[in-house]
Amino acid sequence: MASPHEAIKENSMILQKEMLGNLFKELANTKFSEKKVVYTFVPGNLTELILSFDMLPVYPEINALQSGMRKKSVEYIREAEKIGFSEDVCTYVKCDIGMMLKGNIGPTGESIPPPDLLLLSYTGCFTFMKWFENLEQLYPGVPIAMLHTPYQEDGFISQEQVNYMKKQLIEDVIPKMEMVSGKKFDINRLAEMMHKSAIAEDLLVNILETAKHKPSPIDAYFAGVYYIGPIFTAFRGTQEAVDYYKTLYEEVNERLRLGLGPITPEGELKKEKFRLVVEGPPNWTNFREFWKIFYDMGAVIVASSYTKVGGVYDLGFRHDPSQPLESLGKYCMGCYTNMNLPQRVDLLSKYVKEYSADGFLINSIKSCNSFSAGQLMIMREIEQKCGVPVGFIESDLVDPRYFSYANIKNRLESYFQMLDQRKMIIEQELVNHV
Amino acid sequence: MRSLEQIIQQCSELAFDLHFKHAVNWKNHDASRILVGYLPIYFPREIVHAMNGLAVGIMGTGDRKQIIKGDAYYQSYICHLPRGIIEMALDTNFENFDGFIFPAICDCVRNLSGMFKLAKKGKFQRYFDYPQNFNPSIGGQFYIQELQKIVDDIYKINKVTLDTEKANSSISLFNYNRQLIEEIYSIRQKYPWRLSAVESYYMIRSGLAIPVEEHNLILEEVVEALQKDRGEQMDNIRVIISGSFCEQPPIGLIKSIEMAGCYIVDDDFMLGSRWLCKPVDDTSADPLNALANSFITSSTFSSAIYDENNSKGKKLVQLVKDRNAEGVIFSAASFCDPALLDRPNLQKACDESGIPHINFQYHENTGQFKVIKEQAGTFSDSIKLWA
Repeated sequence: MASPHEAIKENSMILQKEMLGNLFKELANTKFSEKKVVYTFVPGNLTELILSFDMLPVYPEINALQSGMRKKSVEYIREAEKIGFSEDVCTYVKCDIGMMLKGNIGPTGESIPPPDLLLLSYTGCFTFMKWFENLEQLYPGVPIAMLHTPYQEDGFISQEQVNYMKKQLIEDVIPKMEMVSGKKFDINRLAEMMHKSAIAEDLLVNILETAKHKPSPIDAYFAGVYYIGPIFTAFRGTQEAVDYYKTLYEEVNERLRLGLGPITPEGELKKEKFRLVVEGPPNWTNFREFWKIFYDMGAVIVASSYTKVGGVYDLGFRHDPSQPLESLGKYCMGCYTNMNLPQRVDLLSKYVKEYSADGFLINSIKSCNSFSAGQLMIMREIEQKCGVPVGFIESDLVDPRYFSYANIKNRLESYFQMLDQRKMIIEQELVNHV
Repeated sequence: MRSLEQIIQQCSELAFDLHFKHAVNWKNHDASRILVGYLPIYFPREIVHAMNGLAVGIMGTGDRKQIIKGDAYYQSYICHLPRGIIEMALDTNFENFDGFIFPAICDCVRNLSGMFKLAKKGKFQRYFDYPQNFNPSIGGQFYIQELQKIVDDIYKINKVTLDTEKANSSISLFNYNRQLIEEIYSIRQKYPWRLSAVESYYMIRSGLAIPVEEHNLILEEVVEALQKDRGEQMDNIRVIISGSFCEQPPIGLIKSIEMAGCYIVDDDFMLGSRWLCKPVDDTSADPLNALANSFITSSTFSSAIYDENNSKGKKLVQLVKDRNAEGVIFSAASFCDPALLDRPNLQKACDESGIPHINFQYHENTGQFKVIKEQAGTFSDSIKLWA
């Protein structure tokens, strides 16, 4: 393996870095290009619609996680706490607000322009609504479009809910986008983009499902957050996204053909020892240290819920160019955090079974109620349904004050020992049976 | 006629009966009666009433029940309310309840609805999605659909249909209930010494566990009793409490604030009972539409509702003026995202209007109030001496 200080990167990662770098440059350049900027959220985002108006999306939670990875978040969080935000609330919100108060400097060191439109399509997270009410205070007078996404209360998406979403898009969201962009809505352009979205979504599902093989050629949590980057953010519906996923799929397929394990920051994982399904977002402030605990123990994450916050494509949803607005509505409502708890349990159980996982682990986030409330019950249900050992660790999204490396490592080591012993017992039982 | 003290005693018992005996007795009188539990903040109880049911407010266990199982279901960084409710669900407290409604106020309550589904508590467990779009033809229509789901849930249990006449009659009763509650608040605004905030709290909370007809009789008695002077005027400051709309503060906390020299002239403790600021049309041929229209046009301001123009700060300042209050106490449950994420903007609005404020956080089972009392006392003194 390579030196732990030099992260090994695949071509797709480099390609993605370039794509994101170009986006931030384009954002910094809007004062010259006069492109309009839309602040919105990742889950249930309307990227194709935004791009169809030639506007550029900015995702505050992506800025927050980038700040976490760049070790800037604690400074921003403190800035927000200084103006009255409680220690108890979502650290994405505090980090984002702190970043804005400190000049809104993006990950490339360039300033992120203020919004021309605040598009609140809040999916599966009530806090998003409060977040945008705070942004309204920071950017007074900026037009706001609200898209209220109904929760999957009954465990499915009803036609009434789709109609409600469509009505909001037609009567509220699109007129505001027309007003801000100065362009007429072009449904054909939107449909063309959705066609490309569906291609990229097919490729993403193929990539994520390679983890069903043993050994898995990918890590579907830590590396997974790179894989979902373009499709969950500013590139869905573009040729760039299609090209990115083609490149990534080729890489993954090659590793699959050669029977290789996933690439970690220290090179290829030589021996897959444990296969896990993980629920909950990762910690961003100590991302690499966190990942290292897993790959040092030979643990590979074969499926995760976090990679489904921007769409559960493996359950079959694709953006549909023949019904663009209905399809956007269904997309928003279908995201993981908009699924009710029984649906989440079913999905995670399916992952444990279909991906032949040895265990199920929750990384519970201190400041994310959307994920964390109910997780202990989810854990019990999975344990009962799947009969695999379950584990539970706690950290935070971007507040390093809540990342305790020693505690997490200690718990994970105990968990891996338990998995190890269980494997030995199962193997012994098989031998005895034969 | 009963004395006010007797009424207060009865209300305090009803308000904190975590086995809801009064409601259960009511149900046992008729096989078609049902009990539907609902969580904070607001739910239009009228439709349950019109369908031969009683909507019972589940406001948490407060400091009245030891939480053992509930703590095994929640991490330390989740508010206290749901762990008490799960504890009650796993014990026998809800065994006579037919269904549960979880209004869309935050992610914790939303996910609790899923936990009730997984635990199969009640014959239905309904997440009640408030529309966050306030266009009547969009959000109003959605709200009607949400109400219809509950109507269908109830019909499946007792086969009672929603009759227009009955629904209008129920609306009328709840309109009267809100009117009486507002009368009590108005009296307390003028003469806060006549009825303490704790006493007022008991009276309003008791209404969440008994039929509205009975609650209206109690409130009528209270309004009448409050026409006469009672208690002694103190040199207290007048404050508004903001942020306690879901997980309820323990009685000791409200008492501590009052004992520290504050008259609480308005609050959001039992906000659901005061949610609609105007009477609902009780003559409509479409009562669901009337309820939806009221929600869209006459809801009070709340951290649970999207506020496009973000005028909550202005509305709070207006409330301070209307109640002739001298300060605001921001008192929110720990880990309550809606209240705590609103707080900086509300504080800013107060600052801009020169309204003094303090803040603290609590759990429903907080047992130590010394620090809060000192903080509220200092706040009171500072206003009396310097404002």
